[in-house]
Amino acid sequence: MAFRARHLLGIEHLTQDDIRTVLDLADSYVDLNRRTVKKTDALEGMTQINMFFENSTRTQASFELAGKRLGADVMNMSMQTSSVKKGETLIDTAMTLNAMHPDLLVVRHQNSGAVDLLAQKVECAVLNAGDGRHEHPTQALLDALTIRREKGRIQRLTVAICGDIAHSRVARSNLILLGKMENRVRLVGPPTLMPAGVAELGIEVYDDMREGLRDADVVMMLRLQKERMDGGFLPSEREYFHRYGLDAEKLSYAKDDAIVMHPGPMNRGVEIDGTIADDINRSVIQEQVEMGVAVRMACMDLLAQNLRRERGRALTEGQYV
Amino acid sequence: MTLFLQNARLIDPDALTETVGNLIIDNGVIAAIGDKQAPADAKVIDCRGKCLAPGIVDIGVKIGEPGERHRESFRSAGMAAAAGGVTTVIARPDTDPCIDNPETLEFVTRRAAQAPVRILHLAALTKDRAGHEMTEIGFLLDTGAVAFSDVYHVVKDTKVLSRAMVYARSLGALIIGHPQEPILSKGACVTNGKFASLRGLPGVSPMAERIGLDRDLGLVEMTGVRYHADQITTSRALPALERAKENGLDVTAGVSIHHLTLNEFDVGDYRTFFKLTPPLRAEEDRQAMIAAVGSGLIDIICSMHTPADEESKRLPFEEAASGAVGLETFIPAAMRLYHQGGLTLPQLFRAMSLNPAKRLGLPQGRMAEGAPADLVLFDPDAPFVLDRWTLQSKSKNTPFDTQRMEGKVLATFVGGTCVYNAQEMPA
Repeated sequence: MAFRARHLLGIEHLTQDDIRTVLDLADSYVDLNRRTVKKTDALEGMTQINMFFENSTRTQASFELAGKRLGADVMNMSMQTSSVKKGETLIDTAMTLNAMHPDLLVVRHQNSGAVDLLAQKVECAVLNAGDGRHEHPTQALLDALTIRREKGRIQRLTVAICGDIAHSRVARSNLILLGKMENRVRLVGPPTLMPAGVAELGIEVYDDMREGLRDADVVMMLRLQKERMDGGFLPSEREYFHRYGLDAEKLSYAKDDAIVMHPGPMNRGVEIDGTIADDINRSVIQEQVEMGVAVRMACMDLLAQNLRRERGRALTEGQYV
Repeated sequence: MTLFLQNARLIDPDALTETVGNLIIDNGVIAAIGDKQAPADAKVIDCRGKCLAPGIVDIGVKIGEPGERHRESFRSAGMAAAAGGVTTVIARPDTDPCIDNPETLEFVTRRAAQAPVRILHLAALTKDRAGHEMTEIGFLLDTGAVAFSDVYHVVKDTKVLSRAMVYARSLGALIIGHPQEPILSKGACVTNGKFASLRGLPGVSPMAERIGLDRDLGLVEMTGVRYHADQITTSRALPALERAKENGLDVTAGVSIHHLTLNEFDVGDYRTFFKLTPPLRAEEDRQAMIAAVGSGLIDIICSMHTPADEESKRLPFEEAASGAVGLETFIPAAMRLYHQGGLTLPQLFRAMSLNPAKRLGLPQGRMAEGAPADLVLFDPDAPFVLDRWTLQSKSKNTPFDTQRMEGKVLATFVGGTCVYNAQEMPA
């Protein structure tokens, strides 16, 4: 039986078995989500708190919906307007919430490693919803589920991840997951947006988009943050689109049945041409959003099972948890 | 009083020798070394074959006075130094307010009398360490400043720095620089590379150090000032340093004991006690630094003792304070280099005691008759597991917590007076 972790902090800590367990369970939740009655009782009676120190609409909505469909009581905390502004440290915030006995904490934070730090201080299960430039595990898992459903497998594929790799936690989690599942991973982007030393990790690095996309099965585009376009990292938006924006011509270098992915929100005309994004034969961007809810339900279900098991064991051993 | 230390392994960093023998301390100085008999009235201390070396002269110790006494006071730093075998502490001026005028320097000099070891002071090179106007270098020298440094605030304005250097040269003052290109390294908290990339932390290229050093060395060549680079930590900076020395510039360089014993991977899962300035480097760089200490290209090893309270370290890595305490773990950490790094004890004490004393024109650091009896007696092999809560420092931010170490200080003497005596010692 796989996936016995207390927290989901990153793909780095997962095994192939863990990943398959999540994806298999998520498949069943995809079916559930397509029914009219979508509710289960996997998290019945449990409390889920979404702590977003960094703004997010879609990820927070996805986690909220996932929790509610599993029957949890979900609370959203917008941390930008809270006590953090009054000078409370991350650990104190965590301890305060911990005292309210939540069962699942979903945390997004702007600093790499902040979610790990917080997880050391609380007794519930912590789900990393993105920390700095470090990891965004549920995004990588939902991407994997999307790929597996589209391609029928999640190994021996050539996946090109394109764009702002340096600042992207999505890229990091994806390249770790795809590597673990024995795929060929390519990173494609301008050298100013490529993190140092990635070539040493056995990853192919390209600064030519066409070369990078050649014979790829999956083309994964990343969002380019507006603030990177001001001449610091790139000369201009239009030059970026010309050299690295995904259009039909560049996509033609990939396999004929290559799928196009994007974690959203998209900048049409910057990193991706609108017609590609809307091409139902190539783009799986809407499917990614759908898989997102299912994957998050699967992750929370598994973490809740582990939590129950742990508490059950503690009870039989006479400890109070 | 006369002290007779018998049966000691005497470390001479000048002659680079170790000999077993006796040592007589009289009137605070080393009166005799070698195969001598105990004078009639002497107090005899049996060293049981353990090592006796000149006490450490540590350039660049942060003490929180004025401004941050909750992190470290002269008293606590002095006790930590004594427990660590550091007999001369060269205190840093990066306090709050910083030591940039004679009045503040007088204040800290007065406060420093509380410490059981010798304390000397650096003064800031520019007012408020802001890099715009030079400090009163002449007055500060008269008040006792041993050298001038803005510590981690690199003077960005080359013209300001060059004028300060020209002025300092006329007074024979020593300037201590922090070689780092400040714009390239802005916001970075680790060294660029695959580890930084995987952890998603902003990194700086090791080249920033060489660029900073190259600039400073150019100005040294231009002005002829006496210059010491506080920490050289990357192999790429070494050829520039070597060239400068070959060309006869009055240049020396240091490295912190942490950069000699730890590397970038020690940060692991965002352990903030390993967040240092400059950040920990690649293993190849660490090895190159050890070799450079061995060859003498790097002159000085320092602790870069930087106390930080728990609150400032219990934060996400990027936001956490930088720096580690190092006074009390100096010798055990250095013993890693003795046991595994291929450096001899005389080589280590040349870099920890003799060279810093020489650079500052102090009589300390020598195992010689007539030298001040500032000595450390230690067992280089004694094993222990470090518990950070046992440290004398007010701040407990050591990267060596829970680690297995070898090397214990048994006793520390300053001017012939025993200022630290571990319970293992019979005397």
